[in-house]
Order: sequence, then C-alpha cells, then structure tokens
Amino acid sequence: MTDAALPPFSGPIARPAVTAGRRAFMALAMVVAALVAAPIVAVALSVFQPSPGTWAHLIDTVLAEIIWNTILLMAVVGVGTSVIGVGTAWLVTLCRFPGSRALEWLLLLPLAMPAYIIGYAYADALAFAGPVQSALRAAFGWARGDYWFPDINNVGGVGALLTLVLYPYVYLLARAAFLDQSTCVLEAARTLGSGPWGACLRVGLPMARPAIAAGVALALMEALADFGTVQYFGVNTFTTTIYRTWFGMGERAGAGQLATALLAFVLLLVAIETLARRNRRFGTSARRHRPPARLHLGPLAASAAFLACLLPILLGFVLPIAALARLHAEGGDALFGERFLVYARNSFILAGMAAAIIVTAAAAIGYTTRLAPGPATQAAVRIASIGYAVPGTVIAVGVLIPLGALDNLIDQTTRAAFGTGTGLVFSGGVIALIYAYLVRFLAVAMGPVEAGLHKIPGTFDAAARTLGATTREVARVIHVPLMRRSLLTAGLLAFVDVLKELPATAIVRPFNFDTLAVRVYNLASDERLAQASTGALVIVAVGLVPVILITRMVAKEQATGGRSDA
Amino acid sequence: MTLTFNRRIFLGSTALLVASPAILRAQARTLNLYSSRHYDTDEALYSDFTKQTGIAVNRVEAGEDPLLARMQSEGANSPADVLITVDAGRIEKARGLDLLQPFASEALASRIPAHLRDPDGHWFGFSTRARVLLVAKDKVADGAIRTYEDLADPKWKGKVVIRSSTNVYNQSLTGSILAAHGAEKTEAWAKGVVANLARPPRGGDTDQIRAAAAGEGDIAVANTYYFARLTRSEKPEDKAVVEKLRVVFPNQGDRGTHVNISAAGIARHSKNIDAAKAFLEYLATPSAQRYFAYGNSEYPVVAGVEPPPQVAAWGAFKQDQLNARVFARNNAEALKIMDRAGWK
Repeated sequence: MTDAALPPFSGPIARPAVTAGRRAFMALAMVVAALVAAPIVAVALSVFQPSPGTWAHLIDTVLAEIIWNTILLMAVVGVGTSVIGVGTAWLVTLCRFPGSRALEWLLLLPLAMPAYIIGYAYADALAFAGPVQSALRAAFGWARGDYWFPDINNVGGVGALLTLVLYPYVYLLARAAFLDQSTCVLEAARTLGSGPWGACLRVGLPMARPAIAAGVALALMEALADFGTVQYFGVNTFTTTIYRTWFGMGERAGAGQLATALLAFVLLLVAIETLARRNRRFGTSARRHRPPARLHLGPLAASAAFLACLLPILLGFVLPIAALARLHAEGGDALFGERFLVYARNSFILAGMAAAIIVTAAAAIGYTTRLAPGPATQAAVRIASIGYAVPGTVIAVGVLIPLGALDNLIDQTTRAAFGTGTGLVFSGGVIALIYAYLVRFLAVAMGPVEAGLHKIPGTFDAAARTLGATTREVARVIHVPLMRRSLLTAGLLAFVDVLKELPATAIVRPFNFDTLAVRVYNLASDERLAQASTGALVIVAVGLVPVILITRMVAKEQATGGRSDA
Repeated sequence: MTLTFNRRIFLGSTALLVASPAILRAQARTLNLYSSRHYDTDEALYSDFTKQTGIAVNRVEAGEDPLLARMQSEGANSPADVLITVDAGRIEKARGLDLLQPFASEALASRIPAHLRDPDGHWFGFSTRARVLLVAKDKVADGAIRTYEDLADPKWKGKVVIRSSTNVYNQSLTGSILAAHGAEKTEAWAKGVVANLARPPRGGDTDQIRAAAAGEGDIAVANTYYFARLTRSEKPEDKAVVEKLRVVFPNQGDRGTHVNISAAGIARHSKNIDAAKAFLEYLATPSAQRYFAYGNSEYPVVAGVEPPPQVAAWGAFKQDQLNARVFARNNAEALKIMDRAGWK
C-alpha cells in the first residue's frame, strides 16, 4: 500500500453539503473547542504584559540550562516510549510466544502508576541513605566513595522513569493500530517479496504512524507538564522554572510567557509531524478484514520476546509496587479502610464523569474535522488539545480566572435586575473541576479519536452517502462501530489520567472533597512517604479496574472477530 | 483535686466566652477555611473548635499560591473566611494582594510575640518551626559550626546537604540573611554554600537529614519538625538516624536562629467574620496551641505552652527577632540571588 494508491480527495466534490443539522453540530463542537481554549488563551495573553527584568534574569541564570534539560528530557522520553511502546505492541499483536496473551494486558499496568509516585519510590529506594545502598554498604563494609552506584538524579534518570510510566500511551495506540491492520495488506507485501520483518517495517509501521505519533506526542506533552517528579529529582526544566518565576519571584506575567514559549514549542513539533505526513492517507481500502496472522516464534526468539515485554512491566510496575508495599508495611497509612472508601469513591466517580464528558467532546471535535476539514478547524483542534502540555497548576489558575469573572458577572447582573445576587455559580463546584479536566486532558482523548477516524477511509463515507445514507446514518452505522475501540481507549486514558491528576484537583475542588491523589500528594509533599504509600497503592488498584475492563472487552472482540465484515 | 481542676476549666471557659462575644455570636454558623496545612492531626484542632463553638469547619487544602489565585478570581464572592499558610512569605503576599483584612484583637496581640505577627493585624503566626543544622556527631566537633554564615566556610567543602532553592523555607532563610547582611554579602554566602554542597540539591528536608546520617554529607539544613518526626518514629533505621545526629541552633551568639511561621488571617471578603475572629482567637488558646505542638512537633507561640518532650530536649534557643514580614518581603529577591549563585 503506497500513498499513491488512494486517490486524494480534494475540491468541492469530496466536501459533503452543509445542512442545517450539520451546521449546528459543527457550531457545538466549535463552542467546546473555544471553551477549552479559553484558559489557554488567558495564559498566552501574558505575552503582551510587561515583565521587566524577568527575562534578563532568566537569560543570565537558568535559561540555557532549562532549554537543554527540556530538550534532553524530550529526547529520552520520545525515544524511550517509541522503542518500548511500538516494540512491545508489535511483539504481542503480531507474534505468538508463551505468555504473549497475558503480556498483552500486563503491559498496560504502568499506566495506573502516577509519575510522581514512581519517582518517589525509586528515589527513596536508590538513595545513598536508602535500603539498596545501605544494604550494599553493610554487606561489603563500604563507605562513601568506595563504590560506584548509578545516580538517577539527573535528566537521564527522570527521563527513564517517565518513560516507564508513559510508554503505555504509545503501546496502547500502536497496538490498536496493528490490530486494525488487515492481514491482507501485510500479505500483499509478502507476495511482493517482503519477509515478515520487512513487511512490518515497510508497511505495518508506516501505516500505524498516525497512531504512534499521537501516542508519542501524548507522552512528550505529559513529560513536559510534569512538575512533581523533575522537581523532586532536582532537574530544572521549563515547568520548574515556570513555578519558580511565578510563585517564588511573584512574576506572573513572566511565568505566563515561559508557559507560552513552551506551548509554542509544542505546537511547532505537532506542526512538523503534521506537515511530514501531509497529503498522505493511512486508511486501507481492503474489502476484507482478517486479524493479522501471528508469527510463531522459535524457543530462542520467544524467550527474547518474553523478556523484552516483561522488563518494562517489572521496572515500571512490579518493582515500584514492591517498594511501595515495603513502605506501607513499615508505616502505612493508619486510616486505611476507614475513609479510603470515600476517597476511592470520590476519585472513581469524578474520573468516570470526566472521562465520559472528555470523550464526548473529543468525538464531537474530531468529527467536525472530518466533516468540515480546513485550516480553521485544524487550528481549533490544535489549540484545544495543547492543554496537555500545560502544567496542571497553570491550567487550574487559567480555569479559575474566566470562571470567576463569569460568576461575578452573573452575580452583578442578577443583583442589578432582581436585587439579590447568585454568588458563585460555577467556581468551587464540581463543574469547575470537570472543566479543568476537560482543558487538561482533551488531548488524551483526541489522540485515539483522531487516529481512529484517520483509519476509516473516506471511501466508506462516500459509498454510504452514494447509497443514500444521511450523515447521521453514516456516523451510526459505519463510524461508531469502527471507532468503538478508539473511543474505549480514549475513555480509559482520560479516566486514568483524571484519577492521577493532582494540582488542578487540589486547587479547584469544592469544600471537604478529598480524592486519593490529593491524599497521596499531601502526605508525600509533607515527606511522609511511608504513609503516602497506602494511598498510592489504592490509586493503582482503582486505576486497574478500567484497564482490566478494557482488556476484557478487547479480548472478547478479538474472539468474536470484532468486525461485521470479517 | 479533680473538682478544683474541673472548676478551673469551667471558670476559664466561661471567662473566654464572656471575653469573646464573637464566639457567642458565631453560634450555629460555618467557617470556610482555605488552608495549605495538611497534617492529619489538624483534624482534631478543627473538630475541637466545632465542639467548643458549634461552628462547622469546611476546608479546601491546596498549595498557597494557587489558593491565593483562587481567592483573587473569586473576588468579592469568595466563600473563604480564613486563610492559613505554612510560611510567612505567602501570607504576606496575600496581604499585598489585598486578600486579607486586619483584625485588631487584644487577645492575639497580648499572646503572640510581636515579631511573629503582622504589625497591622492582617495575619498572625500560630506556630513556629526553626531552620536548624543537623550535624554528624562523630565528624563535626561540638562548636565547630555555629552559624548559617559558617555553611559557606570553605572548610566544609563537600559536607553540606540542603534542598533546592525552589523550596520556600530556603527562600525565607536566605531572606533573613539578606535582611542581616545585604544583597552583596548574601550572594557571596549563597555561592559559598553551593561550593560546599556534598551533592546537587534534591529531595526534601527529611532526605537531607537521612543523607547526613548515612555519611553523604556531615551537615544537613532542615526544619525542626522533620527531625522531631524521626525522633518519634519506632522504626530502627529512623532511630539510627537520630542517634547519629546532633541539633545545632545557629547564630545563638548574635541575631538568633531563623524561625518561620504557620500563619492565618481573615479573608477580605469573609461572610462569617465573627466565626473567623473566633477561630483565630481559638488558635491562640492553650489547647489549640498544644495541638500544634504535639500534632506536628512545632513550637507553640503562646507563652506557657511547652513543646513536646522530644523537641524540648534540644533545649531552649534564641529566635531571630526579625519580623516575619521583612524576610517574607525578601523572598523574591532571595530567590534571584540563589539563582545567580547557581543554587538549583
């Protein structure tokens, strides 16, 4: 399948007629995009405010270092998540070896592990005063300087840890893409003389490129927005400098400008990737879909594949869980059981509601780009999904400002009209919180939704429309069934991310509303790691529920063939 | 004996009620708290207040700066009645943003030392934590290090462990040195400290303490309650850490040891002002002060309330009398100085 095989759609013929219903739908999607963009624009507006001295100070002191560190961090996370995510996804979907079925869902486990938690767990375990080094010194009678021990308190170390919890984004999307590839395409490559590996490299990988790019972009944005982990490891990045400038020096405008520079950088990367695959289409016109035939591996290759898939699970899940369990056994949270049920319930309900709304919004916006492609829609989508690269605290404050202004406006208006004010309507309520999640995590759902839509060839729409189906029928009968896996993936990612989310939850939440993440962060930031470990274990446990649900659903789909045309 | 004791409590509480009509008026109300304290033991502090006054306490706990941003954006409709911070710098910033209102309280003025509250009554410190040195007993002789200034002495090259300059406690400490010596000397001091570091700054205060005990450095800088927490621990490795270290209160020969405060003030747009006033006065009562002291091993600010035995065991010390407002206002300048000194 080459890019030339599909005739490019262009011109007025490909664009469906604009009906009133579709116009309303598009308007709705644009409103959502505008709502989501508002707090980000609020931050970006700081560019026009004067911040005398801030930039001179930054250039004199830390700017070169943070740019270098940020680029290095992105390089480590980008390469790390691509290699692990794509490699493992390819092994478990296209090869058959002992344990490959179990590994298929086990590889998702690190998704439930918040980055700051894995950071605390490793930093504590591997510190000079930690259990590993202390045991080594006791066993061999070493003192400081007598031995070499890997130091993880640097960009490489933080990058490696972030990679371990972020690779599932790439894995999940790449795996879905590989599963959706029809074996016919790969077989066509084989008949043209490719070996099984060559077929994968030259056909499978390029066809999965939108999905892989979306996954890596998510991982990179999450790494850029990370504050807790890099800060704890003493690595200065853009995000830590935003915090220092804003909170330490009280230079809100300067901090906003730093955040905007970070966003511009992210937009640039996204633009480069989009340009690179411009005019290419990644859909398949294969009439028949058969799940790809699995490659049976010999004993040596099978053990290598098994180990390669096991390693990220061990490092990204089993070892940190063991470290947390050790901490919990030593001095776990005494409150375990009593109110953890309430925390878990709050977290679960909040994450579930937010995930449903985020996926709906993502589907609406993604769909608009399909129905009305164009520079305006593209720009709206990009701006709306950039929130993922913005540190949570910046988002939270960006959400509070417009909501507070709106609330006070409503209050003043009603006060003038009816004599009594409404007080705060949105601020300090669950609505504000969900709004913050939507801004922050829309990109997480956009990635899978867009990748899923990309894979449905325009010929399907065209054929259905020719046969007299309305747009709505096309959506219901063709798109939704084909998109189901993508939508589930989007929902799972959003759910787990909301569950782990911290700064925005803490800042925007209503009175007396505690979640698991808030609990864990409060204890951890108060340096009570042992106590925090209990909550961390519960977060992981709650996060596992949707992971298991979705793996079961995917497994069932595979068992029944999953496709009406199979 | 029991009878007299009970009578004293009865008389005492009656006197308090009579003395604070605010408490009476605030009956059956609620109090909305924006707090950056997040210690489990504080729950007893709040529920006791509810028991005494019938005022229910609602809480939002988050980082200080975001809480200030929330109060700002909520404006005149903000539900916040009282703001609590764990550092002088941020409560002073709230005052600067006009988020607090003054409270002229006789009771608070007479109980809380002048250097621990805002001269205009916008905020009051209710507990203090001293920033002390924890030194390895076997490596640092008694009296070998006596001041914060000594941390920059080249003889401690490769021996000092301290956390990042992003941390507000270090900003306030450097702010107090700035007040004592001026910008130029403070920058030289910060450079000296950086040159003496055993390793780049990382982790929290507890990590510095553990590193000094394990021999990664000889001198750790930390707040007192972190060390107190280790002295209260049952774990053998924590006991070993405590065994290895000695508490040094710096600058006893001159201005005294730098102390930071956990402070509270009444929100500018509070709707429950009587409840807020009652709450602040409650925080300075002996029973509330004991919660601060025993719950989080902080130093009480009210005379007559003793710190817990583990903390008292380090001995009494002279506090830097510099008003918290001064080093609080120095925070931003201090951070820039630390940036220039390469203090990460």
